[in-house]
Amino acid sequence: MADFFEEYGTLLAENTGITLYMVFASTLIAYVIGIPMGIGLVVTAKDGLHPNRIVYRILDVTVNIIRSIPFLILLILIMPLTKVIVGKTYGPSATVVPLVMSAAPFIARMVESSLLEVDHGVIEAAQSMGANDRVIVFKVMMKEARTSLITGATIALATILGYSAMAGTVGGGGLGNVAIQYGYYRYQTPVMIATVVLLVAMVQIMQAAGMKLGKALDHRTSG
Amino acid sequence: MNGRQRMAPAKGDDGMMNGMGTETEKMTETEENVMIHIDHLGKVFETADNRVEALDDVTLDIMKGDIFGIIGMSGAGKSTLVRCLNFLEKPSAGDVIVEGRSLKSMTPAELRKQRTRMSMIFQSFNLLQQRTVLDNVCFPLEINKVPRKKAREKAMELLGEVGLSDKAGNYPSQLSGGQQQRVAIARALASDPVILLCDEATSALDPRTTGEILDLLKKINETHHITIVIITHAMSVVTEICNRVAIIDSGKVAETGEVLEVFNNPRTEAAIRLVMSSGDREVSRISGEHLIRAVFSENSSYEPVIANMVLRFGQPVNIMRADTRDIGGTAKGEMVLQLPGDEGVREQMKAYLIERGLAVNELSSMKELEERYDG
Repeated sequence: MADFFEEYGTLLAENTGITLYMVFASTLIAYVIGIPMGIGLVVTAKDGLHPNRIVYRILDVTVNIIRSIPFLILLILIMPLTKVIVGKTYGPSATVVPLVMSAAPFIARMVESSLLEVDHGVIEAAQSMGANDRVIVFKVMMKEARTSLITGATIALATILGYSAMAGTVGGGGLGNVAIQYGYYRYQTPVMIATVVLLVAMVQIMQAAGMKLGKALDHRTSG
Repeated sequence: MNGRQRMAPAKGDDGMMNGMGTETEKMTETEENVMIHIDHLGKVFETADNRVEALDDVTLDIMKGDIFGIIGMSGAGKSTLVRCLNFLEKPSAGDVIVEGRSLKSMTPAELRKQRTRMSMIFQSFNLLQQRTVLDNVCFPLEINKVPRKKAREKAMELLGEVGLSDKAGNYPSQLSGGQQQRVAIARALASDPVILLCDEATSALDPRTTGEILDLLKKINETHHITIVIITHAMSVVTEICNRVAIIDSGKVAETGEVLEVFNNPRTEAAIRLVMSSGDREVSRISGEHLIRAVFSENSSYEPVIANMVLRFGQPVNIMRADTRDIGGTAKGEMVLQLPGDEGVREQMKAYLIERGLAVNELSSMKELEERYDG
């Protein structure tokens, strides 16, 4: 056991760091894109604050198209774009591009569904007070939907973690890369198991932390 | 209590003091006292395969200082009507004139500004669940960019007024329905409105809490000089605090007037049905021929009118229902009688009752009424 850690400890630690970098960087950027898209979907929907069929259709179709492309194919498909943005098509930073591309529409849908959960009566009350759309979106909808948004972010993180491991197998770096390079090509099963354990542990921690945070910030139930 | 009823509004009411100047002086007194003029309002909801006319040519005047009840059965269009009053719902036809200004011709920004002068409370309270009670009351002030410290002071003051100072730090989910509605009322008052719109504000509350909320609304009407519009399906709410009422039936105004007047002499089917319902008791339990409804006022209840009438005509009458109500502070007795078959005696009995100061309405159409509503 000690031998194992001596031999692979640094490698695993390093690549855990790389995986975390890819996951958090892409989640963050994907949210920067996904939140406005999600808000756009809610606001321009038929019963939204500012119904706009054209804008809604464009957002809706874009999200659906990107979401229906399998991640691995998207990764390869947008390599030219990745090269333009990052300068190369391999490595952790290059992986962030397809991760963002793939996660942003997914996040947009989750933001949309969280915002749609907000009680219409509360929005109506805010309108009756003379609140403008900006206030309604940011001070009413986003705040009332806070717990649901955090739960959504937890799911997004776990999904992106899974994608990042997938990206690792085709030169993306991180734990997925370790698993394929050492565990698969060199038949070193213990390394494979170690990467799986690390990935599972990361998902568990993110999940637990996300749920706990969401619950702590929720005042809908008494107590 | 009659002070409110005609509140003579307005001579000396703040609205007038703002010196609207020569223009208003030319207007007649009634026009000056109108707070909300609902002008030929219509609203049609259209879906792909359906067209619902929710409001049809509704015209009403709500005076300054009124507690104006808008009552109707569910589906009559009253919720749509109240949403048209602040243009949460854009009417398909007509206009709403508030304090002399047409809402239809306002820009979105002007409309938002106008809405801060006409607050609204709801059946389901609609408080922000993720904000404390204090922050909920601060919310309209935040919208109006009132500095935080000042907003908090004002919110605390209003919470004191509705009796919830000790709940400032709590979240809505920790409060009872009645307390939540009090918070909603405090929040509605924060922007110093001149009008308060209440959409079935007591429908989710038990009778005792309803009474407390109505008392609070009455107090607000008097102390803040706020005109209150109450949408309800319960006649008891109207008789308890409203001075004027409009009865809405199938999107139209069936009847409008002083509450006492409408209660004594309902003229339309919708009015009769609403006037006679109280709480869960439905009028449909009463059926038969030759029915009349007699309303006593305070003084007539001293004399045993019905007993004397029976003795005098020597013919029995059947008392189908008897009830007393408090209408704007006046005790009212209400009775449904089945008169004898002889038409001559019936007419004499009616005359006898009217002579003694009772209001008498024929309920001969009751059978048709039931068929129409129950069928």
